[in-house]
Amino acid sequence: MNRLSVELPGLQLKNPIMPASGCFGFGQEYGKMYDLSLLGAIMIKATTLEPRLGNPTPRVAETPSGMLNAIGLQNPGLTGVMENELPWLEQFDVPIIANVAGTETADYVEVAKVISTAPNVHALELNISCPNVKEGGITFGTDPLIAEELTAAVKAVSKVPVYVKLSPNVTDVKEIALAVERGGADGITMINTLLGMRLDEKTGKPIIANVTGGLSGPAVKPVALKMIYEVSQIVNVPIIGMGGIMNAQDVIDFLSAGASAVAVGTANFVNPFVCPTIIEELPAKLDELGVEHISELVGRSYRS
Amino acid sequence: MIIQESMLVQSQREIAHNIFEMKLQGKLVQEIQAPGQFIHIRVSEAFDMLLRRPISIASIDQESDEITIIYRAEGDGTRSLSKRNEGDRVDVLGPLGNGFPIAETKAGEVAYLIGGGIGVPPLYELSKQLTAKGVTCVHILGFQSENVVFYEEEFKALGETYIVTVDGTIGTEGFVTTVMENLSEQFATYYSCGPQPMLKAVQEMYANKKGYLSFEERMGCGVGACFACVCKTTERAEANYIKVCSDGPVFPAGVIAI
Ligand SMILES: Cc1cc2nc3c(=O)[nH]c(=O)nc-3n(C[C@H](O)[C@H](O)[C@H](O)COP(=O)(O)OP(=O)(O)OC[C@H]3O[C@@H](n4cnc5c(N)ncnc54)[C@H](O)[C@@H]3O)c2cc1C
Ligand SMILES: Cc1cc2nc3c(=O)[nH]c(=O)nc-3n(C[C@H](O)[C@H](O)[C@H](O)COP(=O)(O)O)c2cc1C
Ligand code: FES
Repeated sequence: MNRLSVELPGLQLKNPIMPASGCFGFGQEYGKMYDLSLLGAIMIKATTLEPRLGNPTPRVAETPSGMLNAIGLQNPGLTGVMENELPWLEQFDVPIIANVAGTETADYVEVAKVISTAPNVHALELNISCPNVKEGGITFGTDPLIAEELTAAVKAVSKVPVYVKLSPNVTDVKEIALAVERGGADGITMINTLLGMRLDEKTGKPIIANVTGGLSGPAVKPVALKMIYEVSQIVNVPIIGMGGIMNAQDVIDFLSAGASAVAVGTANFVNPFVCPTIIEELPAKLDELGVEHISELVGRSYRS
Repeated sequence: MIIQESMLVQSQREIAHNIFEMKLQGKLVQEIQAPGQFIHIRVSEAFDMLLRRPISIASIDQESDEITIIYRAEGDGTRSLSKRNEGDRVDVLGPLGNGFPIAETKAGEVAYLIGGGIGVPPLYELSKQLTAKGVTCVHILGFQSENVVFYEEEFKALGETYIVTVDGTIGTEGFVTTVMENLSEQFATYYSCGPQPMLKAVQEMYANKKGYLSFEERMGCGVGACFACVCKTTERAEANYIKVCSDGPVFPAGVIAI
């Protein structure tokens, strides 16, 4: 028996570990370092309709136990991803989750329609929560009605299940979660980065050219756990959890909070082999906890 | 191939004010292709200082599997690195990036190596390799002040060396360009690493020459996956970005918009 297997809408995962969108490019760099077939899935970098150049630099800054980024969704655009990135990934036995972004509904719909036809794309992740693009993006993720409508519009054209990625930069994340569920989301991924900033000690000016950036890394883990704990108890769709996962224990924590699988983001920068390392370490963790299969841990923080 | 390795600290010493020279040993050394490549160092075992620090490779000894890095203890991360002692281990990812193309200068030709401050280190290995193949190297090295000058003797042993300091405490007073103005332009290639304003001045002064410049940008992954370290190219009217970590850090003069 595979003790780590997870079944989610559209996804038969060998294990619950996948690199998070934006932290793994389109796989080519890490694919030179290890066999990507080891992974549960890969969430590729956000794809927009047209190529995007992103924000000016500096785009990253370190913060205590975390980092800020304002990449601004730089990517080669839908055609570039369809022609150059997805076919390359076909050599690996791993499902791809395509992260879809846009500035208006029509963009999302067009990208979703096309990218969901790629043979290795098994699910979409709607990025309605990127804090680093000025137009659109953020309002999709903060207004429940708009989030619901966008989800429904994308669901109507997608050939594969649709997961919606929630922003933590809202007053009540539960409200948005329920809205995307009403819109037909097959699953929820959370959390995206938290808005933050860092100042240069000498000049007092922001280090990130965009002034603010998205905070990720271990510093955000408590926020992510709290939000997943809250949301997983009120929705009927599965959650892929993320935010500061660095090791196997963090994975256990996210599952306990209510996630069914997890994504690892910033940790890839700290240790490029972090995903295969976690996968290798999980069985021993299960032994320690006395569980046979990893799914037994899901939601144990609130289960009686 | 890029390797992640726990490298052994062979030595660590302060060679100028807050400037440290560290020798590291490991298998990774065999993978190095060219001078000007860099390594990505994890400065803390804990997660407090999360991101790795990019540092250039200053000298390579493939026979003893050893590299030398030279860095300025400036912020929290490099200060913590400066506390490591002989016998400690350091988590290193590398070799990263594309270095200086030594094949671009032929034996018998002259190359100008122009460095500024903490951009000087990669020029040392470059000079060793160029000199070994019969290129005459002229070094023009700029620093803030006498107390942060390093490797003067090492560079002198390889060829003509001009030291410049902003405050004139040693060598010529001024910038590298102050020395360059009085030097002949009878050389084949120039190679440069240092702060951007310096790279810009050098590139403008030698606009008709073949040159290679090494750039810096804040990095996330160091391997080309995160798009943090991009810089604008001059290539197209609408800005086009390339990555310093995996497309660079060394680019032919004229490629990057500075
Ligand atoms: C390709 C490359 C080669 C380099 N080679 C050398 C070298 O040989 N010797 C040397 O002393 N320095 C070198 N640097 C600069 C060096 O990486 C920074 O000075 C160092 O990362 C600062 O870290 P810190 O912990 O002292 O500063 P902190 O302020 O504590 O660092 C905080 C964050 O900012 C980043 N950061 C700060 N300054 C820079 C910078 N100038 N470039 C990139 N990231 C920065 C750090 O990496 C870290 O993520 C190089 C940079 C690059 C990009
Ligand atoms: C450099 C960087 C780029 C990112 N780009 C994207 C992106 O393109 N699309 C997206 O949905 N999330 C993006 N994210 C957010 C991550 O996928 C993840 O939600 C977040 O970083 C929290 O996880 P972590 O703490 O493990 O990194 C990015 C994060 C980082 C650090
Ligand atoms: S640092 Fe990640 S792409 Fe260069």
